[in-house]
Amino acid sequence: MPLVKQGRLTTDLFVHVADGAELPGDGAVLVSAERFLADPEALLRRPGKVGVIWPNNRNLDDLVPHLDRLASIALVFPTFRDGRAYSQARLLRERYGYDGELRATGQVLRDQFVFMTRAGFDAFEVKKDADADAFAATMKRYSVFYQPTGDGRVTALNRRMQLRHSESAGQ
Amino acid sequence: MYAYDELDRTLINERVSEFRDQVQRRLSGELTEDEFKILRLQNGVYLQLHAYMFRVAIPYGTLSSKQLRRFAHVARRYDRGYGHFTTRQNIQFNWIKLSELPDALADLAEVGIHAMQTSGNNMRNVTSDQWAGVAPGEIEDPRIWSELIRQHTTLHPEFSFLPRKFKIAITASEHDRAAIKIHDIGLRLHKNADGETGFEVLVGGGLGRTPFIAKTIKPFVPGRDILSYIEAILRVYNQYGRRDNIYKARIKILVHELGIEKFAKEVDEEWKQMGDVGLTLDHAAIEEVRSRFSYPAYEKLPHMPDELKQAAHDKLFERWRKNSVFPHKVQGYSIVVLSLKPVGGPPGDASAEQMDALADLADKYSFGEIRVGHEQNLALPHVAKRDLPALFKALDRLGLATPNVNLVTDIIACPGLDYCSLANARSIPVAQELTRRFANHDTADLIGRLHINISGCINACGHHHVGHIGILGVEKNGEEFYQITIGGRADENAQMGTLIGPAVPYAEVADVIEDIVEAYLALRDRPEELFVDTVKRLGVEPFRERVYATR
Repeated sequence: MPLVKQGRLTTDLFVHVADGAELPGDGAVLVSAERFLADPEALLRRPGKVGVIWPNNRNLDDLVPHLDRLASIALVFPTFRDGRAYSQARLLRERYGYDGELRATGQVLRDQFVFMTRAGFDAFEVKKDADADAFAATMKRYSVFYQPTGDGRVTALNRRMQLRHSESAGQ
Repeated sequence: MYAYDELDRTLINERVSEFRDQVQRRLSGELTEDEFKILRLQNGVYLQLHAYMFRVAIPYGTLSSKQLRRFAHVARRYDRGYGHFTTRQNIQFNWIKLSELPDALADLAEVGIHAMQTSGNNMRNVTSDQWAGVAPGEIEDPRIWSELIRQHTTLHPEFSFLPRKFKIAITASEHDRAAIKIHDIGLRLHKNADGETGFEVLVGGGLGRTPFIAKTIKPFVPGRDILSYIEAILRVYNQYGRRDNIYKARIKILVHELGIEKFAKEVDEEWKQMGDVGLTLDHAAIEEVRSRFSYPAYEKLPHMPDELKQAAHDKLFERWRKNSVFPHKVQGYSIVVLSLKPVGGPPGDASAEQMDALADLADKYSFGEIRVGHEQNLALPHVAKRDLPALFKALDRLGLATPNVNLVTDIIACPGLDYCSLANARSIPVAQELTRRFANHDTADLIGRLHINISGCINACGHHHVGHIGILGVEKNGEEFYQITIGGRADENAQMGTLIGPAVPYAEVADVIEDIVEAYLALRDRPEELFVDTVKRLGVEPFRERVYATR
């Protein structure tokens, strides 16, 4: 699965380790929520970064205490029409201040990139190569946004008010 | 009117360009139909029985003459010369080619019209009172709030893939013309004891196979907090709404399963935790949107001009005036409702020629503005009373002066089996037959206000549950049957109708409705008692007897 980070195709440094499979001695690993929660300390003690794959129907409360020690959180889009992970992403970024990698996994298509980025995702396991190639172009598609989110983009309403303010200041 | 500025126009154009690319990827096979389906629905494109159907938004039901002319253009250029106005302030085109859709959208974008989120599992077109801004006695123009919510919910990065569709309606009048109690969120603008403006928020209403009247979740949310409160509701719904079963995915099911108290607690908890996330609307933000609504430069006009006094001798004019002309908040002006329910016609259809001519009349007589109501009728919102006689003549020539507004032939009907791939039975021919049965205006006038709503399937696009008389098409052994309910209503006292008995075959529907109406005429205790009030007073039993005694 091609991985897009910082706007371009990158090599995935994280190794997905299935439940029950042996952990590599070092290096970055991505494990399931169950495996992580079974013994977080042991996982975090080993050399190498740790990421967790968090299902979209699981409350974030169990994850929140570990946020500052996690290098990646992978949220899941089982189909691209299931939008629960968008809410999880915004909560992690905006409410709980998580600033590590936030990865979109599952059925990730180019038509969701703008929504995902705005919700706080910064890494994308993309289903189709062509979509991964189109990432940069897709991200340029929109220049106007109506809602404030944690991505800091100025909303149309605020731009209008700024404009109005600078106009009246210039008179 | 609300004027889109450069930012709104840019966003719409960006959306058109994205959809053009998506259509191209579909046509080249890069996108599967399953992937494309969601994307086209988000742009208002359905695949129907015979062709693609294209649903275009008319936010809060306000249109300029320029925009209406552009609908005529789309009807003529890309479709078969007509459009269909729906119950949710949309217009639908039924015969459009997929390859031409991006061009049609681009043509509409030039006049600030789009089809974003008119379908799909996201927040749909925000609807409101079609008389907003002109209705006497409203708290304030609800379109300012509708527009704030329209912007907030358009291409929302968190809520564009909800469990199911999501509909918000707003009213600011005592008499609810926006049917807020049958929406996912209904908002009633009112003032609290301190004179502060805010909303009663209702949640979990809806029709379809599991109909519910919305329940009040909060009696008062200040205007400045309305976006964050809606966001809290949506976040709870997005996380906990069911996704395992499409029939149980609407918010009404979540509210019903949790109970309104528990649901309200979840929302409150989320709202509290949300804190300040930039959603609070300060005075400046509200005024920014308010300032972009323009209102006509009304003249000072007499309450009863000479033109109107003279025209009172014309019986046809008087009949139309009494039926179709409504009070305006400015003296000397009226709201004129234009019936799209001619005898024998499909409810809600307008031809390209009618739309063009109506746009001209709006320029001449209504400051270039047209409204679209959920009853599938249009309105001219600012007509000087002195112009009413001339307007009547012009409308009559166009076939838009049928004097049946709110009468038994002002029927709401979905497209039914003639167009819709979901339908089990026809709706339009039932409506057409009923308009012929009750074509005599004197009879219809004697019957008084009576709303008939027809749906061709359980999805209830014709809002049959809330019709004073509701007709629901069902299929039994390959034949069309119709269940009849009575006593429903969609206004501030909204309630679901009650089934009167076994479904009747297609051929008998009109007879049954006639029986019900005759029973009402015999049972009402005075001529002013509305059909729906007689049903409320007596229950369905006398009507059931009348209908089934001889069948």
